Amino acid sequence: MTKLLTLLPLSGLAALAQQAPPDKIAALEAAVQSAQSAGDNAWMLTSSALVLMMTGPGLALFYGGLVRKKNVLGTMMHSFILMALITVIWAVVGYSLAFAEGSPFIGDLRYLFLNGVGLTPNADYGATVPHQTYMIYQLMFAIITPALISGAFAERMKFSAMLLFMTLWALIVYFPQAHMVWGKGGLLNAFLGGKIPCFDFAGGTVVHITSGVSALICALYMGKRHGFGTEPMKPHNLTLSVIGACLLWVGWFGFNAGSAVASSSLATSAFVATHFATAAAVIGWLVAEWMHNGKPSVLGGISGAVAGLVAITPASGFVKPMPALLIGFLAGAICFFFVAIVKNKFGYDDSLDAFGVHGIGGTLGALLTGVFATNEINNALKDSAGKPLALGLVDGNPGQVLNQAMGCLIAWSLAIVGTFIILKICDMVFGVRVDTDHEVQGLDLAMHGEEGYNLEA
Amino acid sequence: MKKVEAIIQPFKLEEVKEALKNIGVDGMTVTEVRGHGRQKGHKEVYRGQEYTVDLLPKVKIEMVVASARLDEVVKTLTTSARTGKIGDGKIFVYDVAEAIRIRNDDRGEAAL
Repeated sequence: MTKLLTLLPLSGLAALAQQAPPDKIAALEAAVQSAQSAGDNAWMLTSSALVLMMTGPGLALFYGGLVRKKNVLGTMMHSFILMALITVIWAVVGYSLAFAEGSPFIGDLRYLFLNGVGLTPNADYGATVPHQTYMIYQLMFAIITPALISGAFAERMKFSAMLLFMTLWALIVYFPQAHMVWGKGGLLNAFLGGKIPCFDFAGGTVVHITSGVSALICALYMGKRHGFGTEPMKPHNLTLSVIGACLLWVGWFGFNAGSAVASSSLATSAFVATHFATAAAVIGWLVAEWMHNGKPSVLGGISGAVAGLVAITPASGFVKPMPALLIGFLAGAICFFFVAIVKNKFGYDDSLDAFGVHGIGGTLGALLTGVFATNEINNALKDSAGKPLALGLVDGNPGQVLNQAMGCLIAWSLAIVGTFIILKICDMVFGVRVDTDHEVQGLDLAMHGEEGYNLEA
Repeated sequence: MKKVEAIIQPFKLEEVKEALKNIGVDGMTVTEVRGHGRQKGHKEVYRGQEYTVDLLPKVKIEMVVASARLDEVVKTLTTSARTGKIGDGKIFVYDVAEAIRIRNDDRGEAAL
């Protein structure tokens, strides 16, 4: 009844309900629930579509524009094919490994073939939306995460090896990490019984640290592109990249605000934080670049936007707007410093800076979440008396920064070890790198037998 | 007959074409080319990765004219293509042994 009163804005109706016979009250309660379900489900299906849009066209265009024109199709294919490959794996076993209750490290097989994942809600994940809505929403995260890695091995990985790599990576790195942070009983799950409560609203550790760190391992293992440092490797079409980055920005509202799993005030808060951090990160990167190079570049602006989106991802459902601005600004400036200066000192070829943006930005965001998380924004955690628990350092809980660091350490370790083993396997089965003459010819012709631009046709 | 080959700044093409039309030269072949003379290239930076671009976009105009008109054509070219800055380009003049119109076998200046 209390619930009914808070949910019904029309007090007249509520007063009427108070005098109404019990069956009428039950009917009203059902109607209110159904209305909330309809609203939440509409937002979550929209969010699912927005997150898919981040991979294709978003990431496909962003990465596609950054490579040389002989590799534009191969690079877009790295994103596009995962929309198919991961979906099939997810339906068969992936959702179960990530979200079924099981050990603290990985889910069991109760949802194998989506068995038991129907249209009634699963209260642990989303009490007001069909379980399948949550399942399809989470699938979109599982698709974009491995796609992010492809920036590190762009222009030189065999397509066959890439398919095997992505399949194994989903199984060995992504599903366990997603389970640990978001699955019921996962080791790091702050809300569903984890031993090390780690705040990761939309995937700072699950998505960006795993993909970014794995990208670094790929870049180190596979070596530099043929002609790296001697031949020009300029982005062939930055206009595509600008469109892609803007689609990522828009799609990210589904990623972060959708992670509220409800059309709620928390979703609004995450939406606002996401937008603010991104805007500040654009400015952070451009200011740093302008001071360092003398010119603010468009590529810098869009890279800053992605860095900000990455960094705010874990924090988005925990922080107020002003800390979001700060997190974004820092992410923009620090990722610029890393990509433009530190990386060049080490000399490895992370071709499209998947580590510099996702690994660094993700780690920064995960740590700062421990600083700025506050129960004024997210009061889902309560003590036995029903009072909201202190979340981050600003709430007077400095220990959370350590928990976040532990979460990062686990994600880094899993990504390093898992990716290295997977690359070894792929190397033994197919060889991970294309032949040098194929690399010179370009992946579009060598791997796919076609070209991106047939302007004379 | 002389072949005149002018390499000019791309943004001057319209002006040059107009000037040539005004003196009655109506046949020409235009190619987009890249190259450099004394003009230095420029620096491009992509996420900290620096590239020096020293082959700059230019436009090459080729035309064959009657020898008697050479001076007039060259003067028109220099006037219309000149900005006075480094990078304006160059004109080369060659002797032409023969010209043949494919459509009807016209030869020499009649084929121009």
